[in-house]
Amino acid sequence: MPDKSLHLAVALDGAGWHPAAWRDLPGPGEELFRARYWAALVAEAERGLLDFVTFEDGFGLQSTLPDGPDGRGDQVRGRLDAVLLASRLAPLTTRIGLVPTATTTHTEPFHVAIGIASLDHVSGGRAGWRPQVSPWSTDAALLGRRTFPELRPDALDELQGHVEDLFAEAADAVEVARRLWDSWDDDAEIRDVATGRFIDRDKLHYIDFEGRFFDVKGPSITPRSPQGQPVVASLVHDVLPYAFAARSSDVVFVTPHDAAEAAAIVGRVREAEAGRTGESLRIFADLVVFVDPEPGAAAARKARLDELDGAELASDALVFAGTPAELAGLLLEWRAAGIEGYRLRPGALPYDLKGVTRGLVPHLQEAGAFRLRYDAVTLRGRLGLPRPAGRYAEEGAR
Amino acid sequence: MSTPRKQVHLAAHFPGVNNTTVWTDPRSKSQIDFSSFRHLAETAERGRFDFFFLAEGLRLRELKGRIHDLDVVGRPESLTVLAGLAGVTERLGLAATVNATFNEPYEVARRLATLDHLSEGRAAWNVVTTSDAFTGENFRRGGFLDRADRYRRAAEFVRLSRELWDSWEPDALEAGDGRFVRPEAIGEVSFEGRHFTVSGGFTVPRSPQGRPVIIQAGDSDEGREFAAETADVIFSRHGTLEDGKAFYTDVKRRLAAYGRKPHELKIMPAATFALGDTEEEAAEAAAEIRRQQVGPQTAIAFLEQVWGRDISAYDPDGPLPDVDPDLSDGVSQGRVPIADRTAVAARWRALAEEKKLTIRELVIEVTGRQSFIGTPASVAARIDEFVQGDAADGFILVPHLTPGGLDDFVDRVVPLLQERGVFRAEYAGTTLRDHLALDSL
Repeated sequence: MPDKSLHLAVALDGAGWHPAAWRDLPGPGEELFRARYWAALVAEAERGLLDFVTFEDGFGLQSTLPDGPDGRGDQVRGRLDAVLLASRLAPLTTRIGLVPTATTTHTEPFHVAIGIASLDHVSGGRAGWRPQVSPWSTDAALLGRRTFPELRPDALDELQGHVEDLFAEAADAVEVARRLWDSWDDDAEIRDVATGRFIDRDKLHYIDFEGRFFDVKGPSITPRSPQGQPVVASLVHDVLPYAFAARSSDVVFVTPHDAAEAAAIVGRVREAEAGRTGESLRIFADLVVFVDPEPGAAAARKARLDELDGAELASDALVFAGTPAELAGLLLEWRAAGIEGYRLRPGALPYDLKGVTRGLVPHLQEAGAFRLRYDAVTLRGRLGLPRPAGRYAEEGAR
Repeated sequence: MSTPRKQVHLAAHFPGVNNTTVWTDPRSKSQIDFSSFRHLAETAERGRFDFFFLAEGLRLRELKGRIHDLDVVGRPESLTVLAGLAGVTERLGLAATVNATFNEPYEVARRLATLDHLSEGRAAWNVVTTSDAFTGENFRRGGFLDRADRYRRAAEFVRLSRELWDSWEPDALEAGDGRFVRPEAIGEVSFEGRHFTVSGGFTVPRSPQGRPVIIQAGDSDEGREFAAETADVIFSRHGTLEDGKAFYTDVKRRLAAYGRKPHELKIMPAATFALGDTEEEAAEAAAEIRRQQVGPQTAIAFLEQVWGRDISAYDPDGPLPDVDPDLSDGVSQGRVPIADRTAVAARWRALAEEKKLTIRELVIEVTGRQSFIGTPASVAARIDEFVQGDAADGFILVPHLTPGGLDDFVDRVVPLLQERGVFRAEYAGTTLRDHLALDSL
């Protein structure tokens, strides 16, 4: 694959990223909680040769308020566990990467680590993990283990320490997961009948993690997975998260609004990466997309949804509404600013997903900027990340 | 006219990480590849089994301070694999063991409700508890509870989970009127217990079964009481007809106190099997499996757990150690401890002397032989006898080989149970509650 080739991912959530997108669903909302709905979406994404899909998640109900449910019934509310959803879809697909969100704030790092490693086993090396912090006091109350201050936009300064702690804890959680993923050497299973040994226990390693928030002994209960290290991908908006991504992630999702900002953010991410060893971060830009071949149609569709929702779509990422050719032009422009891939958030599902797979992808292919067929089997392979040796493997080989 | 015969329920246990699972056999394949899970699940579904069962252990077992290396090691996260299996099976129930000690109720309830949606009503939860700080070293919450407290915590855990599962009204998503959901149909949970304090709204709509099937495996008085109050299935370990009947009677009798009827709790003991074309062939197959399960090193390791000392210098094909057990410290971690080691050692010595047994022969003798040994016809008859005689409602079969260990049973025994009219030829319903003949919620 030439270097110029872009990476394309799609972010799946509910009926799409417009809060009113569910209104165009053919049936009742129950469909969003059925496997067949997601299976059709992932099959479409795989038909479009996309790198991977992500699945959003969170413990609390979706809300328009900064912290806690808003009691609204006119938008999608409710979600399935993203790791299980990804695993449910894994046997139905063969090439596309599956990257679920799981929180680092509440879920035990040991459970996340074996869950994602198991997803990697089930999918034959296509698993990723999008770690996410959960700063909300209302999420903490669902677990009942800790009390968090209420998240108020007017009091962010007071919350600085809280947020710093959450990111420090997130970095520890990813570190624990990565150590657990390496805690079995690839050749730990020996099945040596003569000595009666199933494993060579010198090739299993305690990780002995001790941190401010938790200690984890290890080793993992799950043997090393096909990718060795599943792909870690984080969405970041600020300097603190850039440092987190630089330390913990393989892929970073950023949210520039034009080419100049894209260049500036790429610069800041690369700065945060100073001192990082191994592969550099793969930088993806997030965009909300409404795509229609007919000029003006996408904007009209978005305007109609805005009206149904009673508000203009608000987003951290740039909202694009236009033709596949226009979108391709934008993606290629930002590529020149150092963006290596895109995570597109379809405004409405499945319509705008098809706009990507059947509209955008052919345009990019014609421009020689996107693959014509799947090459690598694993997600790491597709992102040009080599399969790393286990960090403890040499120690064990003494 | 005879009354309809009591129906047998069958489940398939994925081979575990103890010496019941034979890995030295050339037919033994990966314990971790999805293809192995898929093969066993598809075989169980072909046999019209009620459910497929995954065990769990959140820390690798240790012996003498080192990771135990003689048995199969390495398992996936249960719910993640079951979610994958939901995509390649259509009717088979999917049961995960999930520890109530090292998890939070909100998260477990949410994941189980998710599996129930993704499988369209086939999820089950085997509720287990642990009290060992050894496993706790992998988690934020350590485990330092005595047995009574463990059950109180588990009972509270399940009670809270049920509140969460019940918190969305069944028709919350049939909103109409320009609404996706009726927000007033999402109940606010506010739970204050001794172990958990939780408040807020659940994110998963009511699942197809209402809640997953609850399985419970404890055999103590507290365990039986917990099951009588809470469980839909008991995974028991009573191997003989007499023991089984006593357990069955005892547990079913406890149900009335909770306003429940006998059919609402199914009793399914674990069972192993060995088949042959003749009784003699089956007996020989059973003996060969036992020899595979108790290799020379395993025999020594097994004895060390009772003797509490290193006896690796002893010949497994020779007599028992002449030294007495060292009672100062346990050697095994992550396994159920053996209660009175001096008495066990004395009993074993007497047995070995009487029958002239070597160490390995003794271990083969004292550790469980197969539950069912015989021709397919005699095994089918025996299973039927247990069920009709109220010693069980069915069995959770534990094959000794991954992944083909259930093939023979499904091909040869299941048709005979079907001929007897005691096991379904086709699934009648779609949910696991349907298969288990439990009332819908």
